[in-house]
Amino acid sequence: MKRRNLLATAAMGVLLASGGALAQGMDKVKACFVYVGPIGDGGWTFQHHDGAMQVKAAYGDKVEIQYQESVPEGADAERVLTQMALGGCNIIFTTSFGYMDATNAVAAKFPDVKFEHATGFKREHPNVSTYNARFYEGRAIQGHIAGKMTKSNKIGYIASFPIPEVIMGINSYYLHAKKVNPDVQLSVVWAFTWFDPAKEADSAKALIDQGVDVIAAHTDSTAPLAEAAKVEGVIGFGQASDMAAYKDGPRVTSIIDNWGPYYVKRVGALLDGTYEQIDAWEGIAGGEVLIGEITDKVPADVKAEAEAMRDAIAAGTYHPFTGPINKQDGSPWLAEGETASDGDLLGMNFYVEGIVGDIPK
Amino acid sequence: MLRLEKRPTPSRFWLYATPPAAVILTMVAGGILFAAMGKNPFEVIRTIFWDPVFGEFAFYLRGQLLVKAGPLILIAIGLALGFRAGIWNIGAEGQYIMGAIFGASVGLAVFPTESRWIFPVMVVAGAFGGWVWAMIPAILKTRFNTNEILVSLMLVYVAQTILAKASTGFLKNPEGMGFPGSRNFSSYPAAKNAFLYEPLGLHWGGVAALVTAVLAYILLTRHQAGFQIRLAGQAPRAARFHGVNPARLVVLCMGISGALAGLAGLFEVTGPAGQISIDFNTGYGFTAIIVAFLGRLNPLGIVLAGFLMALTYVGGEMAATQLGLPAAAIQVFQGMLLFFLLAVDVLTNYRFRLAVGAH
Amino acid sequence: MDLGGINPVILIATLMASAVPILLAALGETVVERAGVLNLGVEGMMIFGALGGFIVAVHSGSPVLGFIGGAVCGALLSLIFAALTQVFLANQVATGLALTLFGLGVSSLGGQGYNGIKPPPTGKLFPQALTDLPVVGPIVFGHDWVVYFSIAMTAVLWWVLKSTRVGLIIRAVGESHEAAHALGYKVNRIRLACIAFGGAMAGMGGAYVSLARVPQWVDGITAGAGWIALAIVVFASWKPWRVLIGAYLFGGITVLQLNLQVAGSAIPVEYLSMAPYLITILVLVIMSAGRKASGAPAALGQNFHASR
Repeated sequence: MKRRNLLATAAMGVLLASGGALAQGMDKVKACFVYVGPIGDGGWTFQHHDGAMQVKAAYGDKVEIQYQESVPEGADAERVLTQMALGGCNIIFTTSFGYMDATNAVAAKFPDVKFEHATGFKREHPNVSTYNARFYEGRAIQGHIAGKMTKSNKIGYIASFPIPEVIMGINSYYLHAKKVNPDVQLSVVWAFTWFDPAKEADSAKALIDQGVDVIAAHTDSTAPLAEAAKVEGVIGFGQASDMAAYKDGPRVTSIIDNWGPYYVKRVGALLDGTYEQIDAWEGIAGGEVLIGEITDKVPADVKAEAEAMRDAIAAGTYHPFTGPINKQDGSPWLAEGETASDGDLLGMNFYVEGIVGDIPK
Repeated sequence: MLRLEKRPTPSRFWLYATPPAAVILTMVAGGILFAAMGKNPFEVIRTIFWDPVFGEFAFYLRGQLLVKAGPLILIAIGLALGFRAGIWNIGAEGQYIMGAIFGASVGLAVFPTESRWIFPVMVVAGAFGGWVWAMIPAILKTRFNTNEILVSLMLVYVAQTILAKASTGFLKNPEGMGFPGSRNFSSYPAAKNAFLYEPLGLHWGGVAALVTAVLAYILLTRHQAGFQIRLAGQAPRAARFHGVNPARLVVLCMGISGALAGLAGLFEVTGPAGQISIDFNTGYGFTAIIVAFLGRLNPLGIVLAGFLMALTYVGGEMAATQLGLPAAAIQVFQGMLLFFLLAVDVLTNYRFRLAVGAH
Repeated sequence: MDLGGINPVILIATLMASAVPILLAALGETVVERAGVLNLGVEGMMIFGALGGFIVAVHSGSPVLGFIGGAVCGALLSLIFAALTQVFLANQVATGLALTLFGLGVSSLGGQGYNGIKPPPTGKLFPQALTDLPVVGPIVFGHDWVVYFSIAMTAVLWWVLKSTRVGLIIRAVGESHEAAHALGYKVNRIRLACIAFGGAMAGMGGAYVSLARVPQWVDGITAGAGWIALAIVVFASWKPWRVLIGAYLFGGITVLQLNLQVAGSAIPVEYLSMAPYLITILVLVIMSAGRKASGAPAALGQNFHASR
């Protein structure tokens, strides 16, 4: 009994001592990452790990990277986070929404360790920051291309789970397709999985079989692109990573999750003592959302328009959710010229006017 | 040539010596694997097996062993009863999910009422949820002779869809800004499965697991139902002759294993996990099948097997974070450990003999 | 005929391809179980085959070699199971589950560095002119060779198990290993061969996922298909043609539910996504109701040790 308490006190003491130096900056930072999948998933986790490697490249010996793959959400996450904090991590990035409560619970016990939670909204303690990327900005560009390039006027979206993040993407995609092609119809397939390549392929096939010729996916594998490659005239987009292997095929552009700039910035702030709690939600402007090269399959004028939209979003002169926009039931959401507030977006649980079908409840 | 020969009676020595022998063999084989991956094998083995119990952070990790082992033990004991009787419940994962959903629904329905009756009622609801989900294959088997392996397994996927629906729909936290997931029970004292003694990781689920182990042991060795279960598995015809009603046995065994899996889900969702979420289930229901057999379908053996599995999880995580091993290497290592445990077990009932002459 | 935008001809053609991984793995497992062995490691063997097939195909440039490589890898992994259960008489259920764990881990380790590569394509077997025929074109002529192979294997296994001496021996071993042993058959060697065959089929099924269905390698690519294959064997009462029906039924409903979503069906999505599992249960209930025996091999899951 005594020994345990002694150990506990000693361990906490070490942490407190190392924490004391924070305000003046640090000589060396131990940055730790918790991943929800394996690095080899080729999508979400792969991109986070790429960001971690960018940190290593930027600071070299001044930073030590630790990570843990495939951490289940819930109790296991809490244990891994505690282990990391005990083990001397100075800053811990938790890279999935499901880690939200575990992150805040562990943060309460380790006030001198910085916690950074991706895609969540809870910052219950001063040492918890949140970060996310405005993927819907990329969806707007995809929607524009989809609306211009569809010949059947049928476009598709393979969705994972009915959460605001996904619904936001669907709405943005549809609005921008509709804007340039009033006849466009959107079909949404809910796969109820983040990752099941065979099911994603089946979903893409089902869309193609019913005449859809532009497919966007909110699941992580390249399976939908591979399926699109089998049929002449069907195009799609890279998701999470560039999926460059399909550049000579159906992939016309991509949304790349690029967490590196944010990770480099935050670890840097810890090193030079300027670290503060923040709620970061950056997009194309901050470099977190990259638009992959638009291939020659896209006509030059459409490509120019898409690039112009990208630049306008980056410059802050265009917001993809700019009124007038009505909700699906016809009730007004945004008035002429009004842009969506971040709160509205983060809690989005409705389709915009024109989309057929219901969000699973 | 080496030949396997059945022992006249099981070896007492090897009964207890096989698990340590298997662990040592795994350390050697695993060490080679880790060395091949460019890690110091001694450091990795120490991190997995020694550090969680005696290392620098053992004050925290020791408790985590029971947190991790508790649900495995609870589910495995229920499964073992059925396996002994030749009833194959492969869908404990689904029953675990449904127990969590039922129990959580009760608690969330009365939020934020504070009453000391809430948690006990939730516990009952959790057991009921698992029981109901196990009754579907049980009744289909007794009424229509439908194979319980298929039905229980398929119902896991159905339960997962219901779980997704619960966390994005009917149990979604109304203050969660539209994000999936229920309210967190950690901020609802009346419904929370708090630690009773944190240094040991003891919460009500751990208590339930240990108590169930003792009860199951008594049931199997001292009680008539236990005798029937063992008889039905070993000699189905003799069992019928002895007046064992197979249909009742199916309902009993499936019911117990379902209820225990449901309980495990309830204790997990209200305690360590904290909330219903899309990925709330982490495969305890499947891992428990391995635990049941590693424990030789014996409740006390299952307790030990549960702790051994928990140790490889907790220690494996340590090795992954601190030594930079890929999670997959830990998985391979766990697989090896299981292989050796299962293989060495042969020595309990058999011995190797050098066969002379042709056979 | 057109069902609200869903073309039944295309639907059938699609399900035939999407059922291949499950069908191949389930056929292999059928033989294993008919020999009295319950190998729950199908998922592990599938994913190992998916990786092995992918690597061979990428390096050799030949998808056919890839499928062979997948089969070899699946068989190799299954030999671990065979050694444990046939030589060391380990419990089959636990060993099978451990094999799945091991297979997933090994594939994840071995697959590092193979992300984002495209394997050589597996093309359609028949010329475009035949594929363009109405109705029969897509259904009969519109597939790659593995689809035909999977159907042929169903027929071959049906014939072998039913009418050949080999089949008789396999069934004898699975029904009563004591009797088979008394007749002079080497029970454990026959089972070992069946296990290896089952591994090869599972590996090939996995290779179909990574080479044709998805064409890429990612961790966890088989995503539980091995479990479905196990369920299909039970569904089929251990009979090859019923395995085909089961795989097509499951695959068909999966494809249909996605098509219904696209077509904007009024049925809520969450019920649609449960449908493949619920309907499989329902059909099995109807099929098994009233029948006394389940059709399971009598010695299923029991190890055999020759005392003499």
